[in-house]
Amino acid sequence: MHDLYLIARQLWVVWLLIVFVLIAWWAFRPKNKKRFEQDSRIIFDDDPPKDR
Amino acid sequence: MAVALPVAAPVAWTRVGPLEDMVRPFVLASVFWGIVAFAAGTYIAWELAFPALNLDLPWTTFGRLRPLHTSAAIFAFGGNALIGTSLYVVQRTTKAPLFGGRTMASFIFWGYQIFIVMAAVGYVTGVTQGKEYAEPEWYADLWLAVIWIAYLIAFGGTIMRRKEPHIYVANWFYLAFIITIAMLHIVNNLAIPVSLTGPESYPVFAGVQSAMVQWWYGHNAVGFFLTAGFLGMMYYFIPKQAERPVYSYRLSIIHFWSLIFIYIWAGPHHLHYTALPDWAQVLGATFSIMLWMPSWGGMINGLMTLSGAWDKLRTDPVLRFMVVSVAFYGMATFEGPLMSIRQVNALSHYTDWTIGHVHSGALGWVAFITFGAIYHLFPRVYGRRDLYSSRFVEYHFWTATLGIVLYISSMWVSGIMQGLMWRAYDENGFLQYAFIETVEAMHPFYIIRALGGVLFLLGGLIMVYNLYRTAKGEKRAERALAETFAPQPAAAE
Repeated sequence: MHDLYLIARQLWVVWLLIVFVLIAWWAFRPKNKKRFEQDSRIIFDDDPPKDR
Repeated sequence: MAVALPVAAPVAWTRVGPLEDMVRPFVLASVFWGIVAFAAGTYIAWELAFPALNLDLPWTTFGRLRPLHTSAAIFAFGGNALIGTSLYVVQRTTKAPLFGGRTMASFIFWGYQIFIVMAAVGYVTGVTQGKEYAEPEWYADLWLAVIWIAYLIAFGGTIMRRKEPHIYVANWFYLAFIITIAMLHIVNNLAIPVSLTGPESYPVFAGVQSAMVQWWYGHNAVGFFLTAGFLGMMYYFIPKQAERPVYSYRLSIIHFWSLIFIYIWAGPHHLHYTALPDWAQVLGATFSIMLWMPSWGGMINGLMTLSGAWDKLRTDPVLRFMVVSVAFYGMATFEGPLMSIRQVNALSHYTDWTIGHVHSGALGWVAFITFGAIYHLFPRVYGRRDLYSSRFVEYHFWTATLGIVLYISSMWVSGIMQGLMWRAYDENGFLQYAFIETVEAMHPFYIIRALGGVLFLLGGLIMVYNLYRTAKGEKRAERALAETFAPQPAAAE
């Protein structure tokens, strides 16, 4: 078990790469396109009313 | 001017709430310390050209004023801008009031200013632990750690009680900046005081480990303070000022995570050809080159936000500050990885090239995005409809841009010349130049650099005047830029 842990630890760069690829997949998944476009508009929703 | 100028009489535009009250002191402090930093930098630039200017006094030598300049620029000017804008952005984009409220904001503000003054007094009186960008001694470091944790609690607490379900991307960058700086600051400053009543201390790390920890800190201060933090600023203020959403939100996710995964490993490139093992040097250079990925991600996202609206650059000098800052971000982060390659570093390291590189980032990217954010924020936190003058923003822009061009081009020439002179051998294998000859050769470039600094300082003073009149609620009688640059009828469609 400890040996397995040591081998897994040496491959840290592979694990990080996999995490990164998953993030990229999540970001560019067509299903998420619309929600990210909405998220980018959050900043326009925050202004105090103009005639206050 | 024969044209009848409009006489505008703006009145208070909106009720200024607690949010604006909290942010205002940070904006003012950033402007104040910015002028101090530019003035100190310009002065020591003249000192290098004319050493007699050190006045033969210990307090005004280059060695003591230089950390005063760097800390004033990075931590006082940049830090106040980052804390102020982050508190503004997080409250606006989460629709939640600041965790801890006004008391917390005041504590962070005054605590942070006290830290700056403690550090500055130490520098001029010769109290330093000799670590670049981490010069303050243990007592100031402890105090900053307290302030910084309070800042993290305020920022994180606000995010946790957000009313907007999604955390806008600017907040991710700000949060990464706050967390990483806390970690870097605490680890790099681990030290044992000689006594509880004296300023001296001994660091817990020694030898090459000490050097590696220092540059792990130093490079990530660049990466997370001067890059991630200001990218947070970019992702809020550019879309806001351009009145269009960021070019690609999905790219911003890739940008963020590639920066987070890669930056932390790049520090060893500051220790090429030292006692640090070769494998660590090569690792540092490799990760530095990979940093081109977030570099391009950020640049594309910042610039392309303007796509379809480039005409705004003609009429909105505030937006121009921001967009040019992204161009400088792209340029400086393209140059950096090149300089991290060992063979290039052999020429560039310890020369003025490094100084030029840092300043294309510090003046072009950090200061310009900050100026843009300040010009955007200032009327809002004072409840004014508009800035006193757009023309003055325009003058500031061109004065400062010319200053940067003088600065970085003179340092490129000077630095490469210096590096080549150091490594020149004559036919017998002796060094061709004495060190003092390389110093003499740099003299004209030092003068050009100092002139660039004068222009940058002058631009800052134009900004101060403009902001002062804005705070008073005045509007300069001037023709609008939109009028001067009105599109020709033929080009309108």
